[in-house]
Amino acid sequence: MRCAAPFAESGVRRLITTLTFKDLAIRRGGRLLFDGVSLALEAGQACALTGPNGSGKTSLLRAVAGLVRLEAGEIGFGVTDPVEARGGGLHLVGHADGLKPARTAREELAFWTRWFGGTEASARDAAEALSLVPLLDLEVRRLSAGQRRRLAMARLIAAPRPLWLLDEPLSPLDARWREAFGGLMRRHLDDGGLIVAAVHDPLPIPCASLELAG
Amino acid sequence: MNRLAVLIARETALAWGRGGGPLVALGFYAGVATLLPLGIGPEPERLAAIALGAAWVALALASLLSLERLFERDYEDGALDLLVLSRTPLELTCLVKCAGQWLATGAPLALAAPVAAIALGAPPALAPLVLASALLGGIAFAFMGGIGAALSLGARRGGVLTAVIVLPLFVPPVIFGGGALDSFAAGLPWTGGFLLLAAYAAAAVALGPLAMAAACRNALS
Repeated sequence: MRCAAPFAESGVRRLITTLTFKDLAIRRGGRLLFDGVSLALEAGQACALTGPNGSGKTSLLRAVAGLVRLEAGEIGFGVTDPVEARGGGLHLVGHADGLKPARTAREELAFWTRWFGGTEASARDAAEALSLVPLLDLEVRRLSAGQRRRLAMARLIAAPRPLWLLDEPLSPLDARWREAFGGLMRRHLDDGGLIVAAVHDPLPIPCASLELAG
Repeated sequence: MNRLAVLIARETALAWGRGGGPLVALGFYAGVATLLPLGIGPEPERLAAIALGAAWVALALASLLSLERLFERDYEDGALDLLVLSRTPLELTCLVKCAGQWLATGAPLALAAPVAAIALGAPPALAPLVLASALLGGIAFAFMGGIGAALSLGARRGGVLTAVIVLPLFVPPVIFGGGALDSFAAGLPWTGGFLLLAAYAAAAVALGPLAMAAACRNALS
């Protein structure tokens, strides 16, 4: 598996080199999900977000992406302005994958790759890295849950961005792909990337852990 | 720019397939334009008198059809999240989405408008003005309609809510466009109404995306 683009040259990697949570609290529908959550992550580090269902893992990831308002606290991206960091520095891969059932995998991969700043060549590399090549002409509705997740993950590789926010990335994947995606995550960390992943099972990479009590 | 080019291609393709796309809108338009003479009576004089107004109102109604899915599908499947996570401002993204909606349904409907007007008995000399005002009116319908579609995100039965929000916003273009056509048919100065319609369309394009983006952000958070 080749790497889509050399990060050091692209300059994208340096957009986010640290991620800090300071006393975060999130309220959803009148209920306080959690408060006092803090974390400091450096380039090359990953953090597993754990906690029971409904403890706010997804909301926390969406708050980092700027999609959910914080009740209190502060999310910092080092010296990078949050608007810039969210516009060009992070990927969010979750259950809602943004893929349209009636379009082909190729169309969807091509669109999201371009949307996130990748190129046709990087989309091809990503399709190879995630073994999507034989599936590209299928409509998204024909893909299995695991194949669909791999298609969503392809944009992580196709358009390199330093911070990956992953919502239960492993759950629809089979054993082989859990292992393989572990390899992709390790490569991302080695390149100076950061990962925050909401998980129920342990991540196959060395990582810090942040437990939300629920 | 590159990013906007791929977005408009995708949005037009999606709008083309959304809820049947232009075919369903055209079929609905033809249906309304056919029902009216059946209800009003077949006398050519009476029909000719209402032809222009009827063609306009039917156009406004047909523009409503696929609006509800404009943001809803992207909201439900997570695409809206991903569209936000970009250097492209959400306002611009909303503008492109509405432009795609107009290209896929508004423009085909505008092409059908002169046909419907003439079929109802309007003088053929009016056809160019009907086409021009339907093109402009379609822009106003798409961008004002987008506001309603974005505001009703997350609501059950969002389609009905969209219609209720949007129909009052459709009143000015219907009045301006209908007025310009009536004046032209009567040999009176018609440019005033037409320019007001153009101004309303321009305002919709300029202000609509701001409201849509705010409504989308609100729905996501």
